[in-house]
Amino acid sequence: MLSPCCPRRHDRPVPETAVALRGAGRNYGERAALRDVSLELDEGRTLVVFGPNGAGKTTLLRMLATLLRPHSGEVRVLGRALPDDGYAVRGRIGFLGHEPLLYRELTGRENLRFHARLHGVDAARVEVALDAVGMTARADDPVAELSRGMVQRLAVARAVLHEPELLLLDEPHANLDPAAVAQVQPLIGRASGRTRVVTSHDPAGGLIGADLALGLRGGRVALLAPAGDVKPAHIAALYA
Amino acid sequence: MRATISALLRKELALELRTRESVPAMVLFTVTTYVLFHFGLDRNALDGDLAAGVLWVTLLFAAILGVNRLFVAEHEQGGFDGFLLAPVDRSAMLVAKAIALLCFLCAVELIAVPAFGLLLLGPSLGQALPELALVLVLANAGIAVVGTLVAALAIQTRARDLMVPLLALPLLVPVVLGASRATSPLLAAGGAEALPGDWLSLLALYDLLFALIAYAVFDFLLED
Repeated sequence: MLSPCCPRRHDRPVPETAVALRGAGRNYGERAALRDVSLELDEGRTLVVFGPNGAGKTTLLRMLATLLRPHSGEVRVLGRALPDDGYAVRGRIGFLGHEPLLYRELTGRENLRFHARLHGVDAARVEVALDAVGMTARADDPVAELSRGMVQRLAVARAVLHEPELLLLDEPHANLDPAAVAQVQPLIGRASGRTRVVTSHDPAGGLIGADLALGLRGGRVALLAPAGDVKPAHIAALYA
Repeated sequence: MRATISALLRKELALELRTRESVPAMVLFTVTTYVLFHFGLDRNALDGDLAAGVLWVTLLFAAILGVNRLFVAEHEQGGFDGFLLAPVDRSAMLVAKAIALLCFLCAVELIAVPAFGLLLLGPSLGQALPELALVLVLANAGIAVVGTLVAALAIQTRARDLMVPLLALPLLVPVVLGASRATSPLLAAGGAEALPGDWLSLLALYDLLFALIAYAVFDFLLED
């Protein structure tokens, strides 16, 4: 069984604030994809991010994952300032984006072993992760031959393989059937105990298990409130 | 870093064995080019400068095919993101990719050089083979390092297929020059002559210089 969360590998002070943004922004050429975003997320809490396509959700996640540099403002993740200290937090982040980050011609097991080696994780954990997402039986099939739901389950296994403290999840239930959603919940759901930033388009479902809700529109913060105070109608207004 | 390079290299070789996208295409290209030279030059046998030039220009163009494919899986299948999310030295990718390309070039030459001997070369290759192997290794190392650097740069652009030859060929002129001059006496009509040490030194110096340049700039090519 994969452990819920993992204060295991690093001798470091545990930050109370897992994610902190102050006036953070990011441009693509002349276009501002994200503007003046400020928020704080405590350790073990869940931030759910809503917004229509192109609102900046994925940009926010990629910035927190150290894959994109912030162009303005301050970004701190797990107590470290980005981009300067990106190296120090990379191994502590689990990123599940739109792309599974798996090589199509390699098998699921080969892909996970590859990522395990990159993260310095014991090969035995690959089998545990495969079992946790119910993919042991198909682990030796090339990823190209798997259904999209199976690929997503492998992607979940990849994202949690190294027991990250912070999960960045971009519509994590995409392509998953209800049984698969239930299966991955202990790994990436609130029960995992990890700090989570999750994007969602589901006004009702997205708020379940969330502590803080962020609504983005045109790269700007249109909504930031405790999840308990947010009604589905508030979310729906973002898409109007 | 060694474990990371090993993981990346194993992945590279597994992908090539699984897809067979680079090496077979490079081999086919070299053999086809020899046949074209055979008819284009209207000569049954080459030796000396001309043989060395044909051999190295053909191998260089074949290498460009491999360079073009070097980062395609990373770019199209999220390999860059997967790698950048790991707490590893980014230079490991440079080293692993360069070694992978070096392996591909050596594999191609295992077929391409004997094929050259059969299809175009006048003098026998047997006597020159040990010295030729040394020239091949030095030239391959240069092509691998520069090819990896250029491929990493070109993959970020839309016109990747155009950028690779435009950037790599001028940078690799010293390799072709050094390798051809070093190879020429080995393929002399009257039998293999002594290997010119100064051209080998040039190749070694080129390899060292570009290895240092690549190491210094590769991180920036992976930066957002």
